[in-house]
Amino acid sequence: MLRQVEGSAAVAETVARCRPEVVCAYPISPQTHIVEGLSDLVRDGTLAPCEYVTVESEFAALSVCIGASAAGARAYTATASQGLLFMAEALYNASGLGLPIVMTVTNRAIGAPINIWNDHSDAMSQRDCGWVQLYAADNQEAVDLHMQAFRIAERLSLPVMVCMDGFVLTHAYERIDVPSAEQVDAFLPPFEPRQVLDPAAPVTIGALVGPEAFAEVRYLSHARQMQALEAIPDVADEFARVFDRPSGGLVHGYRADDAETVVVALGSVLGTIEEAVDAMREEGVRIGALAVKSFRPFPARTVRAALRRAKRVVVLERALAPGAGGVLSSDVRVALKEAPLDVHTVVAGLGGRPIGGESLRRLFADAGAGRLEPLTFLDLDRERVEAELGATALNGGSGTTVGSGA
Amino acid sequence: MEGTARELEVRVHGRGGQGVVTAAELLSIAAFEEGRHAQAFPSFGSERTGAPVVSFCRIADAPIRTHEPIAEPDALIVQDPTLLRGDDVFAGVGPDAYVLVNSGRGFEELGLGELARGFRDERLLAVPASEIARRHLGRPLPNAALLGAFAALTGALRLDSIEAAIRERFPGDGGERNAAAAQECFALAQRRLSEVAHA
Repeated sequence: MLRQVEGSAAVAETVARCRPEVVCAYPISPQTHIVEGLSDLVRDGTLAPCEYVTVESEFAALSVCIGASAAGARAYTATASQGLLFMAEALYNASGLGLPIVMTVTNRAIGAPINIWNDHSDAMSQRDCGWVQLYAADNQEAVDLHMQAFRIAERLSLPVMVCMDGFVLTHAYERIDVPSAEQVDAFLPPFEPRQVLDPAAPVTIGALVGPEAFAEVRYLSHARQMQALEAIPDVADEFARVFDRPSGGLVHGYRADDAETVVVALGSVLGTIEEAVDAMREEGVRIGALAVKSFRPFPARTVRAALRRAKRVVVLERALAPGAGGVLSSDVRVALKEAPLDVHTVVAGLGGRPIGGESLRRLFADAGAGRLEPLTFLDLDRERVEAELGATALNGGSGTTVGSGA
Repeated sequence: MEGTARELEVRVHGRGGQGVVTAAELLSIAAFEEGRHAQAFPSFGSERTGAPVVSFCRIADAPIRTHEPIAEPDALIVQDPTLLRGDDVFAGVGPDAYVLVNSGRGFEELGLGELARGFRDERLLAVPASEIARRHLGRPLPNAALLGAFAALTGALRLDSIEAAIRERFPGDGGERNAAAAQECFALAQRRLSEVAHA
């Protein structure tokens, strides 16, 4: 039903209608409204049977989900930022054991310095942990991707992260079609685990694997991710049939087919990018956008096909790999192979810095005019960083000097 | 290809605990009640009681795609007049903007005479929303009353959809009392505005 509702509330209700049997989470901004909503639904009996387990940390939260999933329960958790880092060891266990846990990551920066606002540093830091990573462009897609995530996870026996921008989406009231229980039931069948830990028929999972077989186990993990490249669009098609709207998939092009400049990005900034594209199209600029919906697995072939007519690519990153540059753009460059394309990395919106349409239009115009460096930081306060760089040079280059009166 | 029709962008200033975030949310629900598209969101800070808080609401007839904060609002709602002493409340606000302030005193009395002359008379309004709220709710929570005045001032939303949003958000007696506060402040705002029109 269409409602004007907070993103987090819509996600909590939708997850509840996916009938998880175990929800275990540790609260952290900006994820809290989702797990508070779920705990209310468990307490008042709306979500039943389901056990909401309260724990002392994110490490425990995911560990409980691992145990629950191994025992055959549909398991869900949510976190962000430092909370995701605290789960890091368990993330690898969940994927290594092939457990179809679904987790919402309400994307938030990582400290220090401490910052509660939105960027993609958290999920990007766990890029290689073996989980599928899907990114929502708006709250409707965030809702839709949660239903799809359980399907994808359980079809492949692989854990799935649904990434939605913290605060920007989680705390926004928008018009959202929140699915009914009947709709979700028509789309998502009950969980049938591949393997169940059962005291009556004991097995060992996660046992020691030596050099003779470890590479094969890892290869299979990669192979399952590559199978997800087929499962994700299949599930999106099936979703479109049941819900009569497109959502999810591997990538989504916007006015990109005949574009000379294509902007590649993830998450909620895509709406602002689309508006900038429309404004520039009206001025006759051939520009378009490509939303990457599935970051892991990375749909290299699909991205290459979508960019084959472009002359230049601007990858807008909400994360930074210090010492290297972009995270997403590395994957885009590999996908393009030897195609004669200029690929620009633009780091933007770190720690909640707003990404404004005007800045974007200026940036894209610079790209079109060949004025864009290979690595650019959008709206960077040059004076401030140069003063700091100058001061550290004078002081021998160790530690911060800002505010020290040096 | 339709761009986002940005009919109205509203920024709400208040203090933590006054319902700043709720105000924007209620506006968005009222717009939804009228079949329009709306997006409300807070300023994403580490808010605490008493600290300045900002929230935003976009209202449009087409789907709203952007998620950037509102830098140049068409309308300003100021829940706490003590915030007017800061410089950032009027940042990005143009001379045609609607300005609604919660105060029993006029702009001259607030020491804002010169500032007020920079705006259009019929788009500038101060209403004693906290006093009205105190009578209806027993507490000086100005939200509902201000939203009633907002409907009268801007004509962007109907009073009945504001009331419906209030009742949806606060079912029962609290909703009724808040709706009554909105009605009273709507009527007061209409009287004030017609005085301006006939001055």
